[in-house]
Amino acid sequence: MLNEDEFCRPTIDIAGENALIIYFSNKTSSNTSAKIQQAEKLIRQTMKSGFSIDIIDLIPSYASILVVFNMLATDHHQVRNKLRLLLHNLDENYDENYNDEQSSIVELPVYYSIESGPDLSVIAKRSKLSVAQIIDIHQTQSYRVYAIGFAPGFAYLGEVDQRIAAPRLSTPRMKVPKGAVAIADKQTAIYPSTSPGGWNIIGLCPIDMFNVTATPIMPVKVGDKVKFRAIDKREFLSLGGELAEGFGKIL
Amino acid sequence: MSFPTGFLVKDPGMLSLVQDAGRFGAYSIGLTNGGPVDSEAFQWANRLCANALNATAIEVSIGGFALIAQIDTTIAVAGANMPLKINHQKKDLWRSINVKAGDLIELGFASQGIRSYLAVAGGFTIQEVFGSTATVCREGVGGLTGDKLKKGDILPCTNYRRKTNLVLPEPFRPKYCKEVVLRTVPSYQQKHFSSFQQRLFFSSEYEISKSFDRMGYRLTGRKIKSDIEGILSEGICYGAVQIPADGQPIVLLNDRQTIGGYPKIGAVSSIDTAKLGQLKQGDKVHFDFISMEQAHNYFHLNLSRFNRQKLHECD
Repeated sequence: MLNEDEFCRPTIDIAGENALIIYFSNKTSSNTSAKIQQAEKLIRQTMKSGFSIDIIDLIPSYASILVVFNMLATDHHQVRNKLRLLLHNLDENYDENYNDEQSSIVELPVYYSIESGPDLSVIAKRSKLSVAQIIDIHQTQSYRVYAIGFAPGFAYLGEVDQRIAAPRLSTPRMKVPKGAVAIADKQTAIYPSTSPGGWNIIGLCPIDMFNVTATPIMPVKVGDKVKFRAIDKREFLSLGGELAEGFGKIL
Repeated sequence: MSFPTGFLVKDPGMLSLVQDAGRFGAYSIGLTNGGPVDSEAFQWANRLCANALNATAIEVSIGGFALIAQIDTTIAVAGANMPLKINHQKKDLWRSINVKAGDLIELGFASQGIRSYLAVAGGFTIQEVFGSTATVCREGVGGLTGDKLKKGDILPCTNYRRKTNLVLPEPFRPKYCKEVVLRTVPSYQQKHFSSFQQRLFFSSEYEISKSFDRMGYRLTGRKIKSDIEGILSEGICYGAVQIPADGQPIVLLNDRQTIGGYPKIGAVSSIDTAKLGQLKQGDKVHFDFISMEQAHNYFHLNLSRFNRQKLHECD
């Protein structure tokens, strides 16, 4: 059964010359997440048959699915119509408990400190909490993997407690180190490799989030739950974590 | 045991990358597309070698690239006007050229445009990763080792010399200039930019900042404001124009992140992102508002013109 307020029809908007985006909701919820997982599965199944040359790939996320299509085979009107039909079928066969069946709980160690998390003090100032309280709040709850993207193995987790939510930096950093555990609004994530980024860094995780030679390539998948565990510097280093020289200062 | 033969990288230059048409179908583990920033020049280089349009070639950015041929084959260079020399003899771009084992192939620095494509008959034979040879350095995926080319690398290819050489006549070659109009479909969070802000965006001139790469081009110019700070992170398509809180647009290209949370005002057509990719710091762009239907028309007209354009035989 669907709650009255959850039941809003998905909207299909333009993203780019060869892409449409389906918005399922304007906020995150496990219900929306379940619906997106099912819609993705449905579109991918159809891609295996008649839709195959029309759709290039999908990017599911918190409340949306980006649908990239092949301009040599179809146009946005055709894709929109096919998606509408699929979404209509989804509404009729929707299973609310879908994503709890296949998810597992993954524990990830984090070295939280001013040294490894240069934005902890900014969040502390904003929230009027102590650094210790922020760390405690961050690792108390478990988070759902809502999306994977931005970079290989970058898992978007949600949602953090409102007290430690923090807006993105107004100018993104040119370089965020591998393993950085960070917060943007109510989202949290681990940077799987060094890259530019605008999230607030609160710690470092020594576990590889993306390793092409490992099986599986990623320790988490969409729908899983993640729980963070605070570790000290010694354990961080013994697990293979690396601290760049003067890391906390240069950032 | 046989060693791969092909071309030996004598000097990798500023940034030279193995690229095919790009990696598609691996978004679910966060892999982006990669591929040639100027797909038109890339396709011309392949056509000049009578290759499939997605054959693996080398994208040379800025210049300073040098190779030594280890086999007899046919090559072609298309794109930015980097001076091409074979054994210190000046040669033309936009045509195929026969080379023999031991030849020294050098590409100098371009005065117009910044990227050119070196293709070889039959394409470079490089192992695909997740369905593509495209190198994305940030991901450590594709190419020979997931990184840009280094001195001493071997670019394998087969002994495959073409019988006739081909040339694209001068009047039909793309012209690279320092100012480009970016035709842009309004999309995504467009409605979170007031009509005044949208008019500002589409009527202002922007300059390429010092941060421009295969991931995206950061522009400087009139600040654009939206009525939201951030959005729930969502899938980013090719050419999307992101407006962070500092109001300075970023046009996202081949190596862009697949998901992001800055508001986006629209997306640039792929014909024009190819032109953008030939610009460098200080060059200028304007955004021009187009509908989705116009974007499709431009795309198909451009494609049809490309397909109809005949190459001439030459010696």
